[in-house]
Amino acid sequence: MCACRCGIRVHLRDGEIRYIDGNPDHPLNKGVICAKGASGIMKQVSPARLTRPLRRREGAERGAGDFEPISWEEAFSILENRLRKVRESDPKKFALFTGRDQMQALTGLFARQFGTPNYAAHGGFCSVNMAAGMIYTIGGSFWEFGGPDLERAKLFVMLGTAEDHHSNPLKIAISKFKRRGGRFISVNPVRTGYSAIADEWVPIRPGTDGALLLALTHEMIAQGLYDRPFVARYTNGGQLVITDPASPRHGLLAVDEGGDPVNPLYPQNQLWWDRHSNGPVVSHTPDTDPYLFGHFTLADGTRVQPAFQLLADRVLPHTAEWAEGITGVSAATIRRLANEMGVTARDEKIELPIAWTDCWGNEHQTVTGNPVAFHAMRGLAAHSNGFQTVRALAILMSLLGTIDRPGGFRHKAPFPRAIPPSAKTPTGPEGVQPNTPLAGLALGWPGSPEDLFIDADGNPVRIDKAFSWEYPLAVHGLMHNVITNAWRGDPYRLDTLMIFMANMAWNSTMNTVEVRRMLNDRVTEGEARGEYKIPFLVVCDAFQSEMTAFADLVLPDTTYLERHDVMSILDRPISEFDGPMDAVRVPVVPPKGECKPFQEVLIELAGRLGFPAFSNKDGSRKYKDYPDFIIRHETEPGSGIGFLAGWRGADGSKSMRGEPNPNQWEMYKRNNCIFHQPLPASYRYMRNWNRGYMEWAQRTRIRRWGDPILIHLYSEVLQRFRLAAQGKWPGRRPPPHLAGRVETYFDPLPFYYPPLELRATDVEKYPLAAITQRPMAMYHSWDSQNAWLRQIHAHNYLFINPRTARSSGVEDGAWLWVESQWGRVRCMGRLSEAVEPGTVWTWNAIGKQPGAWGLAPEANEARKGFLLNHLITDTLPGATSNSDPITGQAGWYDVRVRIYPAAAGEKQEVFPTFETLPPAPGTGKRPGWIAYVAGKETGK
Amino acid sequence: MTQLALVIDLNVCVGCHACVTSCKQWNTSGEAGYLSDDNPYGADPTGTFFNRVQTFEVGEFPKTETVHFPKSCLHCEDPPCVPVCPTGASYKRAEDGIVLVDYDKCIGCNYCAWACPYGAREIDEHQKVMKKCTLCVDRIYDQALPEAERKPACVMACPTSARLFGDVHDPESEVSRAIRDRGGYALMPEWGTQPANHYLPRRKAVAEIHPDELTRHDNPLKVDGQLPRPAPGEPALDDVTSW
Repeated sequence: MCACRCGIRVHLRDGEIRYIDGNPDHPLNKGVICAKGASGIMKQVSPARLTRPLRRREGAERGAGDFEPISWEEAFSILENRLRKVRESDPKKFALFTGRDQMQALTGLFARQFGTPNYAAHGGFCSVNMAAGMIYTIGGSFWEFGGPDLERAKLFVMLGTAEDHHSNPLKIAISKFKRRGGRFISVNPVRTGYSAIADEWVPIRPGTDGALLLALTHEMIAQGLYDRPFVARYTNGGQLVITDPASPRHGLLAVDEGGDPVNPLYPQNQLWWDRHSNGPVVSHTPDTDPYLFGHFTLADGTRVQPAFQLLADRVLPHTAEWAEGITGVSAATIRRLANEMGVTARDEKIELPIAWTDCWGNEHQTVTGNPVAFHAMRGLAAHSNGFQTVRALAILMSLLGTIDRPGGFRHKAPFPRAIPPSAKTPTGPEGVQPNTPLAGLALGWPGSPEDLFIDADGNPVRIDKAFSWEYPLAVHGLMHNVITNAWRGDPYRLDTLMIFMANMAWNSTMNTVEVRRMLNDRVTEGEARGEYKIPFLVVCDAFQSEMTAFADLVLPDTTYLERHDVMSILDRPISEFDGPMDAVRVPVVPPKGECKPFQEVLIELAGRLGFPAFSNKDGSRKYKDYPDFIIRHETEPGSGIGFLAGWRGADGSKSMRGEPNPNQWEMYKRNNCIFHQPLPASYRYMRNWNRGYMEWAQRTRIRRWGDPILIHLYSEVLQRFRLAAQGKWPGRRPPPHLAGRVETYFDPLPFYYPPLELRATDVEKYPLAAITQRPMAMYHSWDSQNAWLRQIHAHNYLFINPRTARSSGVEDGAWLWVESQWGRVRCMGRLSEAVEPGTVWTWNAIGKQPGAWGLAPEANEARKGFLLNHLITDTLPGATSNSDPITGQAGWYDVRVRIYPAAAGEKQEVFPTFETLPPAPGTGKRPGWIAYVAGKETGK
Repeated sequence: MTQLALVIDLNVCVGCHACVTSCKQWNTSGEAGYLSDDNPYGADPTGTFFNRVQTFEVGEFPKTETVHFPKSCLHCEDPPCVPVCPTGASYKRAEDGIVLVDYDKCIGCNYCAWACPYGAREIDEHQKVMKKCTLCVDRIYDQALPEAERKPACVMACPTSARLFGDVHDPESEVSRAIRDRGGYALMPEWGTQPANHYLPRRKAVAEIHPDELTRHDNPLKVDGQLPRPAPGEPALDDVTSW
């Protein structure tokens, strides 16, 4: 089920599901439910359900979907034998990549214990720019990490968010906000979903939000609408940056060399230029206040400027007129928006009578809020300029003084994190050793070139090239590169690729047709001749998808109603603004057929392979099953930290930390399946700089350090990489062919550049941006198997502004071609006034391969539904990935297209077409009609 | 006399379809009998729903409004579907104003569907009876449910609380107050059907910043010597003139 993880109640009648409703006592959804949640019954009865382990039939081609059922014991012994050999020889040849699975704490632990660096979830092709851009700036981000405080906001600005991402909680919050009379502005090329009820719609060209944000920042600074006290104390805006191009420390923060760094990992000996004494002081020295503007010379002759001055210089040329030409938003509108944000933040302040103490020991009698809240998601993130765009957003939010304050942006535990967070990967290939857990995490947060995961020649260690000079801050990995890289053998070949719950042979991949070919391609010479280039492919999913057809081994997963699940504090818990919260699911119906939860598969394999964390001292298997693992596993022996934070301790009396509790599941069940620990009011705000909160977080081991987390208006982390590219960094330096790229994009201040793909695009020929949105009634690609939900979206159209359609000769409802330089698709068009004329768009992942997802070959999804992915490339000229050069985020929304009518006499059918998949053994029959009645006997 | 009804707030409806499927889920196993789905996994799937969300666009770009419009039986005070029914299957309950269909009498002749100006009735192709919203009559009086849950399934589900339920004849009810205070309106009043269900219109929050609200005496640029412009150190008459 979806990642919003609302609390639900499942009502049974005679063992069958009568109805599913929202749990009224659940803090997240407060009793409401969405279309997907209320259609859970149809998920259970879908004929697409896989119910038996399957092995590709001897001699059958990958992709043909020709399988034979096998027993679980056979499946496990195949996996055990194969993986044992890989682990004994070269563990990195096993790769585990997962979709939107909500169990990254376990999958990550499994990969780490296996010893492979090749693990990630889907973040690289989803929204890593949103996570990384904000976490590297304010130490937190949207959705699971934090969000807009709409209970107290007066102005809400939503950018690039369509219909989901934080689904029910956001719907609840927006509707309450509007009822209170709050003003809601939506910046989006398309007006659907949440934007439909916005008080103002600001249509914008895709990929240009960075320019808009820089222009807003320009206005904010030019007019003095920023919150100076906030910027001076809580950001690094007052800290002095060395501005001496000849110095090897150019662009780094000036520090008091002899002073106390407090914590060498996150030093606090940066300097301010104090206004009162007109001289340098260590920042946050009592009774001092920094200049935000000016240029100064330190005693040793070093020239320095406050970071804020550099930011002001950066945005100086970025006027509203400049942005108008890029964004399509008029200069007058940009000024008006800037004024509205600035004046609302400044003049409608909230003061809460909550006393708190900051990290420097100053006592405050109140918490202040500037009630302007923002929310953003993939519309900003899924561009190859997304990281810098998201930085620009986080900086604008900071200038308005809205970070972790009432009515602005609020963190959710375990955020805020240090900038960058402490978690690190190994830094070289020696971190990967046979039969040994990985010497670090598979995913981490680099703070300098020394933290990259590269070999002595600067080449990547990971298959997806994350944390290499190509994508240094790829903090969620690059799942979209895995198949292409493994097929190329660049940087090396894999042995076994295990995919969980991700449709990489269809909608989760760019360049779908080519990726499908790669999955099916064989070695043509040498001793491996005839073997697949990706030798062994394991797919675990609950439904028969396009991806399962390519598997050598298919493992049938359970649904969310058939297993134990945890929304772990070690992963992305369901915390709210007021404190940490985690949750569990418990099974309400038995698994269908031979379905087995993927967690049980991992626990079983980890036991068989003898991973240290899953074995007793004598080498025997430690955990009976997943529920047993959840209760007894500790991050290290005796740490008292486990997957669940509630009801710890032998008798369940402890929270956050405590020894394992054998009755923990029972106690969760008795308490609505949630653990929620509201913090005292004085710990709920200003947490980046809140001493009380930091001490609590250290006590509970949510954080190791209690140092204040200053907002990085100026990113020294990025500057370290830039210095390396310029040959000035004392440590690691990029290979020459990447030096220019790193130097350009690792700008310590946000900047706008057109997405990389546009440089390789003839925009005269392909003038239109083409994007997708996910509909509220579908979760990713997974709901076309659902008989009720597919009646809402059985096929999709390309939505086109009537002006654009007219000039292209395209008519409403007619078949047309949409073509990029990479491919073309035939589909049906729908004229819409709710899209800006330079953009065409469609619903994501409605188109399906014939026969997939339990649908008949003639289903609308296969004949009229289409994927936009066929127009998108995974590789840009120069063999680099079509990704953000900083984080590796997939540039889904950067493609440019043209449209023209299908010729008379052409087939009225979607193009490209694909062969029909046969039903996999164990999947259900497709009834001609259904009439669901739960517990029929009682129902009469 | 009681008249139960829904009041639907178009100001907050985001078109998520939660009301559509929660209605289907409740009623297919409920007293209204199953709600069938034809070609559930094939071409042009089509099923019986008591409630659907339609989406309209109003106005030309960029002054476009996207309106999500949930629609179900409006439980008219003077329902045209009732007198046309040849068997008396279609009826309006005296005690609460809910318009219902008695399946034992319904012959599936479709007259009522033709008479309904709102297109709110759907024939079930398998049972050959006319189906429509019952306001979850099998929920709202169910003593086995906690009182707070004795509401139609769509009302319980709606994430934006866009659906209010109550007695529109009771002037002090939540629904009557909402209609009064927020300009609630009925659909196509010219038909004289007096729909019990009402809709609340969109409302816009607007902001106007007067030029004199923009600058304040405590403009932070002054602290850093950026205001007033030109800066105090720049050339002035004071440099060259003596009186």
